Amino acid sequence: MTVSDTRPPEAPDRPATPAAASRPGWQGAVRRWLRSTSTGSSTVSVLMTGVLLVVLFGAGSVRYENFGYPQVALNLLVDNAYLIVLAVGMTFVILTGGIDLSSGAVVALGTVMAASLLQAGWPAPLVIAAVLATGSLLGWLMGLAIHGLQLQPFIVTLAGMFLARGICFAISGPSIPIQDDLFTAVAINVVELPGGTFLSYGAVLALVVVALAAYVLHRTRFGRTVYAIGGSESSAALMGLAVGRTKVGVYVISGFCSALGGLLFSVYILSGWSLHGIGLELDAIAAVVIGGTLLVGGRGLVVGSLLGVLVLGTIKALIDFDGGLNSWWTKITIGVLLLVFVVLQRLTSRRAGTAS
Amino acid sequence: MSPAPATEVPAGPPAASPASEPVVAMTGITIQFPGVKALDDVSLRLFPGEVHALMGENGAGKSTLIKALTGVYPYDAGTVTLAGVEQRFTSPADAQAAGISTVYQEVNLCPNLTVTENIVLGREPRRRGSIDKRASRERARRVLAELHLDIDPRSVLGSHPIAVQQLVAIARAVDTDARVLVLDEPTSSLDAGEVAELFRVVRSLRERGVAILFVSHFLEQVYEISDRMTVLRNGRLVGEHRTADLPRTELVRAMIGRELATLEDLERAAPRPVEDGAVPRLSASGLGRRGAVEPADVAVHAGRVVGLAGLLGSGRTELTRLLFGADRATAGRVEVDGRPVRLRSPRSAIAQGIAFLSEDRKGEGVVGDLTVRDNVLLALQARRGWLRPIPRKAGDEMVARYIRALDVRPADPGALLRNLSGGNQQKVLLARWLLTEPRLLLLDEPTRGIDIGAKAQIQELVARLASEGMSVVFVSAELEEVLRICDSVVVLRDRHVVADLDASDTSLDGVVDLIARGDTRD
Repeated sequence: MTVSDTRPPEAPDRPATPAAASRPGWQGAVRRWLRSTSTGSSTVSVLMTGVLLVVLFGAGSVRYENFGYPQVALNLLVDNAYLIVLAVGMTFVILTGGIDLSSGAVVALGTVMAASLLQAGWPAPLVIAAVLATGSLLGWLMGLAIHGLQLQPFIVTLAGMFLARGICFAISGPSIPIQDDLFTAVAINVVELPGGTFLSYGAVLALVVVALAAYVLHRTRFGRTVYAIGGSESSAALMGLAVGRTKVGVYVISGFCSALGGLLFSVYILSGWSLHGIGLELDAIAAVVIGGTLLVGGRGLVVGSLLGVLVLGTIKALIDFDGGLNSWWTKITIGVLLLVFVVLQRLTSRRAGTAS
Repeated sequence: MSPAPATEVPAGPPAASPASEPVVAMTGITIQFPGVKALDDVSLRLFPGEVHALMGENGAGKSTLIKALTGVYPYDAGTVTLAGVEQRFTSPADAQAAGISTVYQEVNLCPNLTVTENIVLGREPRRRGSIDKRASRERARRVLAELHLDIDPRSVLGSHPIAVQQLVAIARAVDTDARVLVLDEPTSSLDAGEVAELFRVVRSLRERGVAILFVSHFLEQVYEISDRMTVLRNGRLVGEHRTADLPRTELVRAMIGRELATLEDLERAAPRPVEDGAVPRLSASGLGRRGAVEPADVAVHAGRVVGLAGLLGSGRTELTRLLFGADRATAGRVEVDGRPVRLRSPRSAIAQGIAFLSEDRKGEGVVGDLTVRDNVLLALQARRGWLRPIPRKAGDEMVARYIRALDVRPADPGALLRNLSGGNQQKVLLARWLLTEPRLLLLDEPTRGIDIGAKAQIQELVARLASEGMSVVFVSAELEEVLRICDSVVVLRDRHVVADLDASDTSLDGVVDLIARGDTRD
């Protein structure tokens, strides 16, 4: 964050934050830093998720040999690149107080479209453009329905989910393999990092998407309007902000991210199938919530969603490493974790509420 | 009935700026709502550098006129000119861009964002396409300094009390270079010190030539701050006056349009004595809730009105909610007619014959999309159980009786509740509870934000109910009101009960002293 603690020279006699400024030592510094990020409590939530991630990973390193290697950590990004992108789109939607249930189905649609179009001989760049355009278009239509007709996001995106899943089957029931040169090249080649480690192109792309999203959310009017809508939609309208455009915009972004997630998934798995990504939208929502974003909107950071995905990935990795545990333990752990986080959020936001 | 003077010769511009043209002129504004003419040929002129009060009872059309000005409602006839140029705003954004900013009673800012962001949102300074946070904060700081407000621009808006949030809303208006500032009941939830602070800011804006349209139910405040006023009644213009030329009684008469049993004249009902040894209808001992209200003793006898007085946040509302089981007590015992009871939920309180009218009309009482009839019958029906519907004819009769008794306007059982004014909604909610024939009625700020006429009616009603044997707990921020209609007054300060007084030998100043200093007198 570039917003450091700067007090204007013209008001030296009136410290802006007497309590924080006068507090000595690291606590004061932490407080000042938290304030200067202007995201206060969200930062705390994200830090909590970060700590959880470190603890989980540390526990894994102690418990299982081979867990502590840097590449295991990087593999979290590699294996979950599509989910990261999905969670970014979901973060935009949830910050406005909405929800997007269609994203898992749009991932499947992306894989099926990509596989079948490639099979039909379309050039890869054109296929990519078509998939991204389809996802964005679907998001745009859902956004229009949600804002224009004042429908519940839950219902509209549920309809979008069925629609996208249905189109998958209409295109192709059975799984289609992907043999395109570009797709396989992206799947096989990696970005070498120092120490013999590597990231896939998909993982790099996912990180770029996160950075881009953070920029948009914090440094553009569109992004601030997203937060404003989550805080109070009617106020945002009365303040003269572009509520309609922004609300439709977040669903376009989510649709785009889902389609991009679909492309990453098809690269990761090199096939298109109508049953890919079932329940993926719920994983994305879980990651966003674990990342500290409030479901009612208005509060949260996209970095948190990244950490949320990594937490989910770590749990999965831990259970894989153990080998003796049934993979359903992943779901059980995530369920418990989700509950704990929602309760924690509730408690912290209640404390913030009574503080005023 | 001496008729109030009909439309007056318009009073001229304020003396301070004799030659100026109005910055806003609304002429012949008419708005037709389904079934009701909300505004009928209303005109309003605002001059630069004046504070102009818009006066009228609830339902007179004040809010509608403001919404017509700020582009929220379209109007069916009439013109709005801004600095001589005809305008037709289609959205608040439109009006804002033209220099008309509005601060509403419920602060319309985003509580999750910082003070800075709330001031500059939508107009953030940008550098190479991205928001310049440092410049944003500097600009917010400058605006706050201009208004002499000591608010940390980096703090989150929701962490401040409503009063501060309203000042931030005004700072936002200043940042937009508003020429016209509309303050829609900004003071209804502020305490005296906060009002003074608000008025200081309003005055400094007036000096800078901003035209301020001020809506309030508090006559004191209107006379303190305004230069001129426009009075509306039933959607029509009654007159435009200089504040200094219009005595209060004249104003009240103009607003009400009939000889009102003015509040001052409203006789105190004869004191209702408590017989020695009588068992209180409700008695709470050591009743409290951690973090909300410290353990307190309250006793309400049959036929008595007990007032809870204190500042906002003193615990008066919290104590009332405990008595209704809306919040759970963490300490203490409650007895009804000498029998110990546990008020674990509103259901258990209702079963004991307790009814509660919340201060949060909108959130906790009004079902806006139902008709007046359905709203009135709601609680009674709930009590009977949904399997035993109230016969249509009996229901109609009951509703008609209460509409008449409480003077609900319009007297139309089929009207949707959300189309009624605040005061009339309050009467409907009161009717809803009275229909269940409660033995103890908890009224939390029943007269807040409603007009003088409805206020007097509600006060009269409370007195009548008590004389018929009902017990009432009456919470109000207005001390005069509490002293006038209550038999005894429980004074709260900082979540503590500091006194339990007999109203008949208590003076207003005495209670004010108690609230301010908190000396216990027991």
